[in-house]
Amino acid sequence: MWSSLKREIRIGVRQSSDLVNSLFFFLMVLSLFPLGVGPGADTLRLIAPGVIWVAALLSTLVAMESLFRNDFDNGAIEQMAMSERPLALVVLGKILGQWCLSGFMLVLLSPVVGVTYSLNGAEILATAVALALGTPTLALVGAIAAALTVGSRGAGVVLAILALPLYIPVLIIGTSMIAAAEAGLPVTGYALWLAALLMLALAFAPIATAAALRVSLSH
Amino acid sequence: MWRWFHKLGSPRSFYLISNRLLPWLGAAAGLLLVVGAVWGLLFAPPDYQQGNSVRIMYIHVPASILAQSGYLLMATAGAIYLIWRIKLADIAMQCVAPLGASLTFLALVTGSIWGKPTWGTWWQWDARLTSTLVLLFLYLGVVALRSALEYRESAGRATAILALVGVVNLPIIKYSVDWWNTLHQPSSFSLTEKPAMPAEMWLPLLVMVIGFYCFFFTVWILRIRSEIIQRESGTEWVRGVAGS
Repeated sequence: MWSSLKREIRIGVRQSSDLVNSLFFFLMVLSLFPLGVGPGADTLRLIAPGVIWVAALLSTLVAMESLFRNDFDNGAIEQMAMSERPLALVVLGKILGQWCLSGFMLVLLSPVVGVTYSLNGAEILATAVALALGTPTLALVGAIAAALTVGSRGAGVVLAILALPLYIPVLIIGTSMIAAAEAGLPVTGYALWLAALLMLALAFAPIATAAALRVSLSH
Repeated sequence: MWRWFHKLGSPRSFYLISNRLLPWLGAAAGLLLVVGAVWGLLFAPPDYQQGNSVRIMYIHVPASILAQSGYLLMATAGAIYLIWRIKLADIAMQCVAPLGASLTFLALVTGSIWGKPTWGTWWQWDARLTSTLVLLFLYLGVVALRSALEYRESAGRATAILALVGVVNLPIIKYSVDWWNTLHQPSSFSLTEKPAMPAEMWLPLLVMVIGFYCFFFTVWILRIRSEIIQRESGTEWVRGVAGS
């Protein structure tokens, strides 16, 4: 698992265009909303939780689309499936490795985003924690959909159709957490909910992803 | 018992058994739907608050119940296919998805029509409406995945995995949406408690629900049969059936 995590990070750093694109995508979506609804600080604060999370959802999808594609095309996935290490753990390493370069970057970007949406320090902290706990769940669940669609035609759109409904719980709790911070309410409850969902996804998503990859390999 | 079960699992004997079952099921569906609809729409008392608009309940509630059972049936068929690789389960799963999606759509549309006179709005971002909408999306995901994959065998397994992931997620989605926003009344029906509405209202509703179930199974079996014929075309027994 750790070796596949390191491998994923190394490949990601060397071929950074896909992941950099997903970050740019995140920032672009976020900068479109002030242009669309107007730059008033009150409006921006009102829409910030939802907009940040929807942008995070979409950019996770963009990153997920390339998670298995290269390895699938050049046969590396097949080797992983045949090796004696459990495929679920190898896949888990891959997903976490990719999250370090995509979801975690969103966490690091959250102060910038928070300032442009005129959030204050505590609210930015809540945003960062929410993203840190929520985006790994998005990556894990998205990986199932990515594994199901890899190697099929029109994979990108189908991936979005499969994954987005499953993202709703994280979206709801994540936005509630930021909104609660804006209202000055305690946020630990929301953080624990996000953490619980993350634990659930950590336990089950790699197994489902591995099963889905084996199905995709049998095409 | 087990032999009978195995026999039912083969497409050929399913086709032959369903041949005998289908007229009865179809007749029951027709009868129950006509009786329930006439009873509910003409003879059941109007609601003391909602007046006659409550009558759309006789369509809306069965459709919503079926929409949810349909997903459960699809996931069960998917699990059976993943574990035992019974071909019939794959066919059943493939055939139930569009059916469930259309019933979910029907539930949403009738709910919307009912919502206009009672809540004063066509659509409200309420918890149960939203989770039904999500259910529709999950159905559409299964249909979309099936049509995106070219090879039948692996497409069946892939959609089965997706249906199972969806079933694990459904309660989570349901509770998170509930927590988010609620306007819809809680369900007035359950298996264990006495219904909270008078008998002259819940009896026709019950007839409609059973009628919808019969209708659902009739259409499902019809779809399965046509899929079986399509897949097995070229085999000896299909030629025999077509010839007779």
